Amino acid sequence: MADIAQTAPQSGPAHRRRPLPLRLVLSGTWLLVVLICAVFAPFIAPHDPLAQDLLLERLPPFWMAGSEPGYYLGTDGLGRDVLSRIIYGARIALTVAFVAATAACVIGSALGLIAGYYRGFVDQIVSRIVDIWMSFPPVLFAILLVAVIGTGLHSVILAIIVIDWIRFCRVVRAETFVQVKLDYVDSARVAGFSRLTILIREVFPNTLPTIVALLSLEMGIAVIVEAILSFVNLSISTDDPTWGGMIAEGRTIIYFAWWVLVFPLIALFLTVLAFGQFGEGLKDRFDPVLQ
Amino acid sequence: MTTPLFSVEGVNVALPDPNHKSLLGTMPMVEILHDIDLEIEEGSVVGLVGESGSGKSTLGRTLVRLLEPAAGTIRFLDTDISHLDEQAMRPFRRDLQVIFQDPLSALNPRHTIASIIGRPLMLHGLAQNRRAARRLAQEALERVGLPTAFAARYPHELSGGQRQRVGIARAIATQPRFVLADEVVSGLDVSSQAQILTLLDQLKTDLKLTVVFISHDLSVVRRLCDRVVVLRRGEILENRPTAELFEAPAHAYTAELKAAIPLPEVDQGWLASQ
Amino acid sequence: MMADAFLDIADLSIVLRSDRAHRLLRSVDLHVNPGEVRGLVGESGAGKSMIGKTIFDILPRAVEAVEGAVTLGGTDLLALSSNARRREIAAAAALIPQDPLTALNPVRRIEGQITDRLTAILGFSKKAARDRALTLLEEVHINDPERVLRSYPHQLSGGMRQRVLIAAAFAAEPKLIVADEPTTALDVTVQKQILRLIAEMQAHHGTALLFVTHDLGVVAKICQNVTVLFGGKVVEDTDVKGLFAHPAHPYTAALINATPRYDRPDQSLLPVPADVIEATRAEIAKADAEWLSQRGQTLKAAS
Repeated sequence: MADIAQTAPQSGPAHRRRPLPLRLVLSGTWLLVVLICAVFAPFIAPHDPLAQDLLLERLPPFWMAGSEPGYYLGTDGLGRDVLSRIIYGARIALTVAFVAATAACVIGSALGLIAGYYRGFVDQIVSRIVDIWMSFPPVLFAILLVAVIGTGLHSVILAIIVIDWIRFCRVVRAETFVQVKLDYVDSARVAGFSRLTILIREVFPNTLPTIVALLSLEMGIAVIVEAILSFVNLSISTDDPTWGGMIAEGRTIIYFAWWVLVFPLIALFLTVLAFGQFGEGLKDRFDPVLQ
Repeated sequence: MTTPLFSVEGVNVALPDPNHKSLLGTMPMVEILHDIDLEIEEGSVVGLVGESGSGKSTLGRTLVRLLEPAAGTIRFLDTDISHLDEQAMRPFRRDLQVIFQDPLSALNPRHTIASIIGRPLMLHGLAQNRRAARRLAQEALERVGLPTAFAARYPHELSGGQRQRVGIARAIATQPRFVLADEVVSGLDVSSQAQILTLLDQLKTDLKLTVVFISHDLSVVRRLCDRVVVLRRGEILENRPTAELFEAPAHAYTAELKAAIPLPEVDQGWLASQ
Repeated sequence: MMADAFLDIADLSIVLRSDRAHRLLRSVDLHVNPGEVRGLVGESGAGKSMIGKTIFDILPRAVEAVEGAVTLGGTDLLALSSNARRREIAAAAALIPQDPLTALNPVRRIEGQITDRLTAILGFSKKAARDRALTLLEEVHINDPERVLRSYPHQLSGGMRQRVLIAAAFAAEPKLIVADEPTTALDVTVQKQILRLIAEMQAHHGTALLFVTHDLGVVAKICQNVTVLFGGKVVEDTDVKGLFAHPAHPYTAALINATPRYDRPDQSLLPVPADVIEATRAEIAKADAEWLSQRGQTLKAAS
């Protein structure tokens, strides 16, 4: 009898040593590159991103005829180095991504947890607010908000928080519903723990994989929203390099200098994709039940 | 005569009915248990038997106050616990433990076995610090026939039978007077089932536990219980000593339940019999 | 006897694709004759469902049948192309699934779910298929077949849904029915009705029935013969009388003693002794070693 009891199933610790999934490695690497660019932009960027030189305008990327050494990805219509602007653009993209997404995550998740766990009156209020929020078209809402409170980095971040907290709230509330029905919550009640303790120590850790995946995805979305707001000129000042602003400028001269549009677009695309994949990868890897 | 451990009088329990959700999300209450009277003697093992929808699980959960009765009283020894709130219930929690049906759902996947068993001990002052809690958790694991090294593991690293042993270890670690065992073997294979029941049988004697054993399986109840309570649609049909109930069921429904159990022996007439 | 078997699984070994030395089914032999009711018994992980999946050709991609034959009504399934195999199986065999709730599509009416096979595979007209469905629902003792045909699954009780699934399984007059733990989710009183119904339908249609279950009690009541699995290996193959009177394998004997019974509270529910499990595992390990030493080279060459 004891022998049967002691034979462990074959899953278990061995699973934790399996190699990292490829998508986690690829997306993580790209995000690390972007992060390094953002932090060390002054040391990495070959040129001053704001320095205009009309003698060097619309230089093509390095492999094309007519390129100048040192301007690897060419220059824009005012002779500014595209690569340097992309590198500096990463600063704004990541600032918005981290600050806005984290704040939206904290607010939304907290409300979602509370609504999903305490149900009743609290849930009714939170859910109605979410319903109302959801009936606004988000980008219009953001443009409206920035128009009212003024342009600038702070406004962009605030707009994203105000709009996107509901994304966390809805998902975390639904996940909390599922978790609360599981017997481990009743087990904790039987043990005599208070409601708040149970919420924080038992339920919350089980919603973490979902929250982390969503947070990463949201960072990608924040990068896009910032780009959209820059595109319509509602983000920070036009001189400062942002990916969205570069895309907007590049659009006007796409037939003469496609690289001004395409390179920031690739940076944007890869970053948003990497955030999404990174989140999913993390969720797969750190969900004990999925293992 | 001594005071019973539990005395239940005229208890009604109603739960929200998820099948009839209104537009605003409110659910009408449906009465699950009607006018239940029950006494549970200290040291006895009482089986609650019935088919799905009989209210056996609801009755068990009301006893340990996971649910609140709509009417009637539940006394635990001398205290009326029918309407105590979370805080007022806390001193009693140590004495009222539950072993759940599905141990995978009942053990938090994010915590180690040591933490799952040990935390409640700290809450109730049975262990002063983590180290002491861990030691007591290991003792509880040994009691249920698991190696102490399991304390460091997570629930998903164990097999079904092992998880249910952890569930039992958690329940007995607080040295309770009462344990509710809610369908504890219904998800297990026959061979693990026999092991878990043998273990429960031995623990109830060693620890002088009072046990309410909820099951849909009369054969299992026969082995373990002193008394059997048969429930149907929220009402108690029979409440008698086990041997008596099996020899001469007083209620036709009990006889029908018994006759519906397929015994492991060849019997050509069984399928045709009513 | 083997020549007459409708379902004839011979020497079937299934391995993991990622580790071809790891067998999930170990040289399994299983025969079901026309009109026979055979029980397939084992605990979780014994390989019961793997056999069911082999018969219906729905094995997961991670595993592969490396050896042996599955013959259905004289046709060797493993030799057919996958399309031909699927047609053959659909015409010859049907499944009564375990969970009556998830086995029916919640957004379709019952009628289509019974008549699908008739119209799609046997070429019934819509009218003929509907008539057949009505007859079948009457056969499974449903009082108001017209109403049930129009219903959606959620409008029926658990026992009723299981009756519908039984009717659907018999609809195309298959020669073999595999019942996969069809009563495990049901209450005992409903279980008895469903068992009686399955036995009745089986006798009426003369179908061969493979009854997969973990419950020796159910086996005793409904089966004529029984195959006991442990760890993907057949440990016993006998008739039910013999199984309970003098089990040949110690594991089977232990399993019988572990089964609860209300009439013998002191002689039942005895844990399966550890040495029996050990000995059975050793037996399997030995068989595996022999199997591997004979085929190690070919396995390596194939992978």
